[in-house]
Amino acid sequence: MKVRFMFFALCLVTLLAIVACAPTAQPTAAPAQPTPASAQPTTASGGATKPFRVALLMPSAKNDLSFSQSMYDALVNVQNEMGKDKFEFVYSENMFNVSDAAAAIRDYANKGYDLIIGHGSQYGASLADIAPDFPNQSFAWGTAVDTFESKGIKNIFAYTVASDQGGYVEGVMAAALSKSGTVGYIGPLPVGDGKLTGDGFVAGAKATKPDIKAQTVFVNSFSDVAAASQAAQTQIASGADALAGTSQNMVGAVSVAKDKNVLWFGNDVDQSSLAPNIVVSSQVYDWTLAIKGIMNNIAQGKRGGEVFTLTLENGGLRMVNNPAFKLPDDVKALQDNTIKGIIDGSIKTGVQ
Amino acid sequence: MILQLLAPAVLIGIATSGILLATPYLYAALGEMFGQISGVLNLGVEGIMLVAAFAAYYVVYSSGNLIAGLAVAIVVGALMGLLMAFISITLKAEQGISGIGVYLFGLGLSDLLFRVTIGTPTPVNGFPSLQIPFLSDLPVLGPVLFSQNILVYGAFLFVPFSWFALNKTTIGLKIRAVGQTPEAADSLGISVAGVRYLTVTFGGAMAGIAGASLSIALLNIFQQNLTSGLGFIAVALVYFGGWRPLRIMLGALLFSMVSALQLWIQTLGLGLPSDIAGMLPYVLTIIALIFAARQIVTQPTALTKPFERGE
Repeated sequence: MKVRFMFFALCLVTLLAIVACAPTAQPTAAPAQPTPASAQPTTASGGATKPFRVALLMPSAKNDLSFSQSMYDALVNVQNEMGKDKFEFVYSENMFNVSDAAAAIRDYANKGYDLIIGHGSQYGASLADIAPDFPNQSFAWGTAVDTFESKGIKNIFAYTVASDQGGYVEGVMAAALSKSGTVGYIGPLPVGDGKLTGDGFVAGAKATKPDIKAQTVFVNSFSDVAAASQAAQTQIASGADALAGTSQNMVGAVSVAKDKNVLWFGNDVDQSSLAPNIVVSSQVYDWTLAIKGIMNNIAQGKRGGEVFTLTLENGGLRMVNNPAFKLPDDVKALQDNTIKGIIDGSIKTGVQ
Repeated sequence: MILQLLAPAVLIGIATSGILLATPYLYAALGEMFGQISGVLNLGVEGIMLVAAFAAYYVVYSSGNLIAGLAVAIVVGALMGLLMAFISITLKAEQGISGIGVYLFGLGLSDLLFRVTIGTPTPVNGFPSLQIPFLSDLPVLGPVLFSQNILVYGAFLFVPFSWFALNKTTIGLKIRAVGQTPEAADSLGISVAGVRYLTVTFGGAMAGIAGASLSIALLNIFQQNLTSGLGFIAVALVYFGGWRPLRIMLGALLFSMVSALQLWIQTLGLGLPSDIAGMLPYVLTIIALIFAARQIVTQPTALTKPFERGE
C-alpha cells in the first residue's frame, strides 16, 4: 500500500512539474507552425519559394527587457522587412542550462533549420560539438569572437558587440549629470559585454571628470535579482548618484534606483519603461545587422567563419534617450559629440 | 583595506542592506523550522515563495492594494504548503523528492502565469519604509533599525514569536513531541498527521510572506525565478541554526551581511577579484556549518520519516 502511494505521489508531482514547465521547454513557433523536417535543408539561395528558417535559443525570456529580448527584437525586425513567407523563425526561451540547450540545438538541426542561433556565450562548446554533424546548415553564437575555424569547423558564425562604446557614452553622461562626484556600474560577471560595458563606463566618466569616483561591482549572476538590488543599495550608500548596469537581473537594481531617485543608464534594450523618471539613456543592441550579414554569407555559399561586431559606427549600437527624462542641453550636446567622436575615431574608449 | 571597511558609512550600509535581505530568509526559514521540528522536511520552499511572490505582485500590479497582495500571498503559500503536506503526510511520499517536485511545480507555474498575464518586468510600488516615531531619529541606529518597511519589522518580530510558540505553548510541545517520538505522541492522543498538516501549511504561509517580501517590499518587481535559490538557503539556515529561532536569525543576518560585505569590498575597489568576493558568503556558511556541526545539535528524530501507526 505504502509503496503504491509513494509511486502515485511521485507521478503526481512529476506530472505537475512537467505540465507547469512545458511551455518553457517546448519550442515556440513565432510566425507559423514549424514545417516538418525536410530531407534537404533549404538555403537562402535555394529558391524564392522556400523561406529562410531560423531557430533561436535564448537564456531567458523573449521580453526580459535585456539580452534575450535584443535578439528576439532583431529577428522580428528582419521578418517584418522580408515578410513571413521569406523568413520564418522559432525560438526556445529560458535555455540557460547548457545541456538542455545542446539537446534543443541538435533537435533544431535535425529539423533542418537553415540557421540555429545560440544566443549566449555559454553555448559555444555545444555548437562546436554539434555543427560538424550538419555541414549544410549554419550555426551562430554570441557574444563571442570564436567561429571555431581553427578547429576546422566551417559552419559557425560568431557575433559580438563593442559595448564599451555605449558604456563610454553613458559614463560621459553620468559624470556630467552626477552631483555627488561618484558614479557606479553594476555588471553580472566580469566577462564578455558585461565587462566591456563597465570598462567603457569607467573610462568615459574619468575622461569627463578626472577626479570622479567610478565604482564597479559584479554580482556574479545573470539572474539573481536580489543580488542586483543589494549591489545597487551598496553603490548608492557609498555615494553614487548615477548608475549603469547590464543583464536581465538589473531590474532589481533599477527598482532600488527608482526608490532612491538615482539616475539609471540601461543596456541591451531601451529600458525607459522600467522607470520613466530616472532612466536617462540606454545603449540598444540591434542584432539585425548581424543576422543580415550572416544571411548574405549563406546566400553566397559561405556557411560560417565570420565574426560580426555591433558598433556605433555600423549602426548596430544606438543610444536611445528616454523622452520622459529632461536631459539638459549641454549634456545632450556632450552625448552627441562623444558619439560622433567615437564614430570618426577621434575618441578612443581605450578598452581592450 | 580593513580600515576602509570599518568606516561608519560602510558599516551602516552593510547593516542596512543585511537586515533587508535577511527578511525573506527569516520568514521562509522560521516557517520551515516548524515543519521540520514536527518531522517534515519541505524542500519546496523555493517553489512556494515563487508562486506567492507572483500572486502578491500580480494583485499589487492590478489593484495597487498592498494588504490584499500580502493576504493573497499568505493564502497561496498556505495552499502550496497544504499540497506538500498532502503528498508527504497522507501519501507518505519521500520528502526530499516530493519537495523538489513542489519546487519545480512552483518555478514553472509562476513563470507561466507571469508570462500569460504580464510578460515583461514592470515595477510596482511596494511597501514604503515606515519611520518609527522618535526611534528613527536616533543617530546611526535610527536609519538602520527603525526606518524599514513593515515586512522587515514583522520578520524580526517573528523570531521571539516562534521561540515563544515552540517553547511556551501547548501546541509547541505537541509539535516537538510529534517530531521526536511520534509513537509516544500518538499514544497520548495527539494527532500526528494533524499537527504535521498544521506546521507544513503554516510553513507554506510563511514562505508565502517571504515571497511577497521580495516582490512587493524589497525588489518591487517580478521576473522568472525571482528567488534564485533564496528558498534553498532558507532550508539550509534551519539546519545551520539547529532548529532554534535565535540562531536561525543570526545565521540569516550573517549570510546576508557577508553578501553585502563582499559587494562593498568591490565597490570600494579594494582589489579582491569579484568571483572570489562572490564566494565569500558561501565559504563562510560552510565554515560556520562545520563548527555548528561540532556542537550537540538536537535534530528532530523523526525528521523526514513518515509516521505509520503500529510500526
